[in-house]
Amino acid sequence: MSSTKESIDSLVADFNSLEVRDRLLLLLEFSDNLPELPARYAEHPDLLERVEECQSPVYLFVEVDAEKRAQLFFSAPAEAPTTRGFAGVLHEALNGHLVEDVLAVDEDFPNLLGLTVAVSPLRLAGMRAILRRIKRQISEKTA
Amino acid sequence: MSVANDPSAKFAEYAHPEVLVSTKWLAENKDLPGLVVVESDEDVLLYETGHIPGSVKIDWHTDLNDPVTRDYVDGKAFAELMSRSGITRDTTVVIYGDKSNWWASYALWVFKLFGHPDVRLLDGGRDSWIAEGREITRDQTEVIASEYPVVAREDSKIRAFRDDVLKHFGHPLIDVRSAVEYSGERTHMPDYPDEGALRGGHIPTAKSVPWARAAGANGVFKTRAELAAIYFDEIGLKEGDDVIAYCRIGERSSHTWFVLNYLLGLPGVRNYDGSWTEWGSLVGVPIVKGSEPGLLPVR
Repeated sequence: MSSTKESIDSLVADFNSLEVRDRLLLLLEFSDNLPELPARYAEHPDLLERVEECQSPVYLFVEVDAEKRAQLFFSAPAEAPTTRGFAGVLHEALNGHLVEDVLAVDEDFPNLLGLTVAVSPLRLAGMRAILRRIKRQISEKTA
Repeated sequence: MSVANDPSAKFAEYAHPEVLVSTKWLAENKDLPGLVVVESDEDVLLYETGHIPGSVKIDWHTDLNDPVTRDYVDGKAFAELMSRSGITRDTTVVIYGDKSNWWASYALWVFKLFGHPDVRLLDGGRDSWIAEGREITRDQTEVIASEYPVVAREDSKIRAFRDDVLKHFGHPLIDVRSAVEYSGERTHMPDYPDEGALRGGHIPTAKSVPWARAAGANGVFKTRAELAAIYFDEIGLKEGDDVIAYCRIGERSSHTWFVLNYLLGLPGVRNYDGSWTEWGSLVGVPIVKGSEPGLLPVR
């Protein structure tokens, strides 16, 4: 597995190598490919945390496994593809990484994807909020 | 070349039947020369997940709002947007969107700030189109850039600013937000991010009519009789009233503006797009809390 930094740098490079319109299509791919919730969460939506800062509903749950790696779970409706896309990018970047590395991720990472123009700063604020909440859950679970 | 109106009996009841088309009409007419279909949604990617074949996307954040000033784009930027959307000044534009045409109404209102002559909404919007199993595609629409004149934005007719609201006391104000925003319990919509207002409540004397009351099943507009029962009988608006509608940033109130202006035929309706995110943070303006409209402020 690549390091968290490599994983993030590679996503930043992928997005920025594209024209603005194609960055949106890449975000759509992440939205389309966001993993389904496993049954233990799909059947217990009360376990998930709502990200209030997002324009559309997105819920998340972080597990810290025995090797101190973060396992990320998200739920967002198909009618909210931007939010699903944000969740998908964060899943790709951070899922399975060591919690100390996830906690060290620059909070500004969502702003580096070249999506500000394509998506608007207000909407991107939702992605930063998801990242903050992932970190907070990790902090609580490793305290 | 002008495109004929949808002759549906339901629309004929409205004050301006020409501003709506049905899903059936659009399915039959969408490829007519001189007609461009525009999708405008809350979510900037929803169009990409599947849209009406041949339609183009216009996004409220990235296309209609100025990126720096809190304002709409100017005449030059609007002309560029129209050009890259393949729209000329003579084009019949049919706008549709998600959430009962909430953002589509907002886009239509901005088109009208620039006086685009023929703009219509698809009754029922995106949800009706999809619910009826009509075709959608992920294919990219090929647009041939058009010529569109630079037209100055005309803010005085259908847009209200905060000073207009202060001068408006004594005339009807409609608050289209949710009941908890109106009462001041919350400063933003339940389940939505807080875009920031320092105080909760409503503008004195504003009556509460949540915007979605004008929409029925599948997001289609209610009939004229149903709308008149709400806005005339229940709220007490009268023919010839000057009305200002507001919400949080002016998007939900565009929907109500559309209903009052085009469906019920009140010519003097303005949308206060500063809305609660401005009023709720302005220093010294009067605010009423609770579920009653409250009294006229004493000057």
